[in-house]
Amino acid sequence: MQIQSMFFKKRASEKLDDAILQGNMKRAKGKFVDGRAKAVAEFGVWEEVRTHAAKVRDRALANLDAYLVEFERNAVRRGAVVHWAEDAEEACAIIAGIAAKNGVRKVTKSKSMVSEEVNLNERLEAAGVQVVETDLGEYILQLAHEPPSHIVAPAVHKSKEQVAELFVRAHGKPRLTEIPAMTREAREALRDHFLTADMGISGSNFVIAETGTTLTVTNEGNADMVTTLPRIHVVITGIEKVIGTLEDFATLIRLLPRSAIGQSITNYLTLTTGVKMPGDTDGPEQMHIVLVDAGRTKLVGSDLQEMLRCIRCGACMNHCPVYQNVGGHAYGWVYPGPMGSILTPVYVGLENAGDLPNAATFCGECAVACPVKIPLPDLMRKLREQQFDRKLRPWSERMVIAAWGFTATRPALYALLSRIGARVARWMGGSEGLIHWLPGIDGWTKGRDMPAPSGRTFREMYRQKRSGASHGR
Amino acid sequence: MKVGLFVTCLVDLSRPGIGFAALKLLEGAGCEVVVPEAQTCCGQPGYNSGGREIAKALARKVLAEFRDCDYVVAPSGSCSGQMKVATVHDLFQGEPDLPEFEKLAAKWYELSQFLVEVLKVERVPGKFAGTVTYHDSCSGLRELGVKMQPRYLLQMAGASIAEMDGAERCCGFGGTFSIKLGEISTRMCENKCESIRATRAGAIVGGDLGCLLNIEGRLRRTGDKDTKVLHFAQVIAGEE
Ligand code: SF4
Repeated sequence: MQIQSMFFKKRASEKLDDAILQGNMKRAKGKFVDGRAKAVAEFGVWEEVRTHAAKVRDRALANLDAYLVEFERNAVRRGAVVHWAEDAEEACAIIAGIAAKNGVRKVTKSKSMVSEEVNLNERLEAAGVQVVETDLGEYILQLAHEPPSHIVAPAVHKSKEQVAELFVRAHGKPRLTEIPAMTREAREALRDHFLTADMGISGSNFVIAETGTTLTVTNEGNADMVTTLPRIHVVITGIEKVIGTLEDFATLIRLLPRSAIGQSITNYLTLTTGVKMPGDTDGPEQMHIVLVDAGRTKLVGSDLQEMLRCIRCGACMNHCPVYQNVGGHAYGWVYPGPMGSILTPVYVGLENAGDLPNAATFCGECAVACPVKIPLPDLMRKLREQQFDRKLRPWSERMVIAAWGFTATRPALYALLSRIGARVARWMGGSEGLIHWLPGIDGWTKGRDMPAPSGRTFREMYRQKRSGASHGR
Repeated sequence: MKVGLFVTCLVDLSRPGIGFAALKLLEGAGCEVVVPEAQTCCGQPGYNSGGREIAKALARKVLAEFRDCDYVVAPSGSCSGQMKVATVHDLFQGEPDLPEFEKLAAKWYELSQFLVEVLKVERVPGKFAGTVTYHDSCSGLRELGVKMQPRYLLQMAGASIAEMDGAERCCGFGGTFSIKLGEISTRMCENKCESIRATRAGAIVGGDLGCLLNIEGRLRRTGDKDTKVLHFAQVIAGEE
């Protein structure tokens, strides 16, 4: 996916004016937030499982190298080939190579954010391979030539009407108005692709070290088709997805669908372990697992390591008031919302995503929602510290902070300046006590008045009161 | 009982009345209140802008000023979060002065929590006949658990509370966020104002001046000159 994260402010501004998007986002918010709240309440032992899940993920990250090697050994034992890709380019080259070597003409894909990260579709299409997205949301976006705006519900920014329009153009059939009918039409369109693809590409929510299994969670069952029907199955996923055991998985899967969309269990769980063995009725002849680094090892051992716990549930963005207002596309890369505000700067460079760590009020809703207890605001703050130390924020902003710090540590100077400031601002506020425009803080005054100070500081009034009281005594 | 009042920089500069309301409440409940004159700011603006060292310097300054108090009270959940949570969980982790900050954190209270949980007040000087709606500021709510305390106190003063939809949603202030990402901040604030308007309450009350200035600024800009915007301390002290 093209990196547009440097234009966050401008894109966010456009999205705020997009009435259709605003309506779509409002609808989605209700569904996600209320659904999750209900599922969490019904679960009863949410906090306990959440604490345990964070430990499970931390253990996996602490043993990342050992677990990955164990995973490779077990996957290979079951006939899979494990590939290690250091970056996006290498991941694409590996998969394009597999396609070329096997004369692949058509690929069906189930949802994979890592494939978006590395621009896999573009690469395969450039090599003359037809790529068909089979997750309904991704399918819609492929028709619309748009990137996903959410990691779980990629087409959440689209309304039913917008999808109906796309289907009319793509399927050449009469316009549908009901979602079940539209889904049926998409399934019919996809069926033929499922049966004729030579290669299936899936993502993986978790890969299990003890068994060499890759695991995919879907609600549509499309991953089952993608992983079993074509003769070649390629899994592309990040190295941080490894966990130790199936039991670890049992913990995480109790949290994932509840956090994502308020479901107590997901509709489909696709576990794939190796290739078709003698006696198996189905399964691929070749299975390739591409484990992608692309910036992840940079996080290991850093003060941002907790970010690697992420199980990609989307709860942080669903609960983020910034995301809810601007939508995922404003963030300008694969990962939106709070988790994206950390991952994007790390993966594409802090200098290319300078606004993202700042696109938060630190309201804390994301951290409360995160099923693996990632302290997202704290991590964003760490990135702000890096920006501050590396002088990546505008000069004016750094000067203001430095000047404020200088003054606030010098009480006499502070008292004097605040005394002057309170009076000047009081005067500017006029009879209404409101400042309508103030250069330097026009980000505020464009849409809000600035209530003017009362005119005298607490400090001077308190001093006066005290001396008055002691005189009176 | 010697109680230090941390006025907060915003109250000092912009709404000293809130500071005096807090003072009146504490003294009225029998506390000996000291207000160290050299106090300025808790350091949060620096902390959240990436200026970690500035934040630490200011935290040390606050510590020095309030070390001798039995309690420290601030009419702000946000500054209290900075001194109760950020210092001990982050800024001074692994540093020799951590125990000192732990001590400070343990005796530091947000005003409504102090009144309800420590002083256990049963009476407040203020009388307020109208209906108010309460905005839960993020730090107070999520870092400190401020939720029922201010409502309890407001009801003690006679106010009835009309809860708004999404009282716990962020108002969009976020310190420098409100200027750096002003458009998004304004939209978030507008969402909050919509919820406020829908309650038809005569006053919107909160516990953090930053949020209150943000909300007041948006209400006034959108033509609402009537809805009062108040800190709960002003209401319950009868100083609104
Ligand atoms: S950061 Fe947490 S809440 Fe956000 S997607 Fe990852 S696991 Fe889910």
